[in-house]
Amino acid sequence: METIIREGSTKTPYIRFDGEVGLIEVKGRSIPENSIEFYKPLIDWLERYSESPLDTTNVNIQLEYFNTSSSKCILDILKKLELLYKKGKKVQVNWFYEEDDEDMFEAGEDYQSIIKIPFTMIEIEE
Amino acid sequence: MKFDYNQWCFQKLNGDIIHKFSGSVTSEKITETLNSVENNLMKSDIKLYKRKKVFNVLLECVQNLYHHADTPPLSADVEIVPRFGTLVLSKDRTFYRISTGNFLRKERMKEVEERLKMVNSLSDEDIVLIYRDVLNNQQASPNSAGLGLLDMVRKTGNKLEYYIYTQDDKYSFLSMDVYIS
Repeated sequence: METIIREGSTKTPYIRFDGEVGLIEVKGRSIPENSIEFYKPLIDWLERYSESPLDTTNVNIQLEYFNTSSSKCILDILKKLELLYKKGKKVQVNWFYEEDDEDMFEAGEDYQSIIKIPFTMIEIEE
Repeated sequence: MKFDYNQWCFQKLNGDIIHKFSGSVTSEKITETLNSVENNLMKSDIKLYKRKKVFNVLLECVQNLYHHADTPPLSADVEIVPRFGTLVLSKDRTFYRISTGNFLRKERMKEVEERLKMVNSLSDEDIVLIYRDVLNNQQASPNSAGLGLLDMVRKTGNKLEYYIYTQDDKYSFLSMDVYIS
């Protein structure tokens, strides 16, 4: 399966969706005006990946800023992963937040309350 | 009395002005605004967590204008351009204030006013519950209407101060102040 790698920009995050090793990474800023346009190919990729996923999928989300329209798209990604988990595959989400960034910590808690998959909050130093 | 846009702008220029703009809210304008604000905040002695909070709330405010501001009516004393909006970020003593203003057709303003009233009526606990409910149950849309206002109140812990001025028989002007203390 193809790997999607996108470099980060001032408004969009670094992306690595790697089906060969079962790794999904979203890092940086996700603040585009039209988040759906940005995330649609990634959601489509996850649908294809879900047809023959690896036994383990690791997910690293480390965002500095994200807007509310991106928050919906990130939830859509996590919901796709939740389906994999329900099918018996191992899925691990790591949510990174900077020390003292209570808003990013709370955002992680929001997803943790909605999505029922192993979810680890990891504090990183400023 | 007729709404006086220039008088309104003048009233918003209190405190130390960090950034202001008026005009068509385009994607390029948003990028320029965010870059400028971020650079200015980096130069100040503001703590990281507060800098991020100011940036986040400003981001929602300016993208709110992008998604919702209408073209002003001909009766308005402003440039008649699509998505016309005004934004002022200022620092006043210990708090930051983000003021926004935009014209809206009256039928749309009714919806916005109802949403503002609802958001302002919620307790801190309810804000979190409703935010999660909207996040989980509303379809993703380009503007994710609703979450933005909830997010501003949740992040600031303050109610949204707003006032709706009548421009003419078809348009109103929405003035909103968000405080970050």
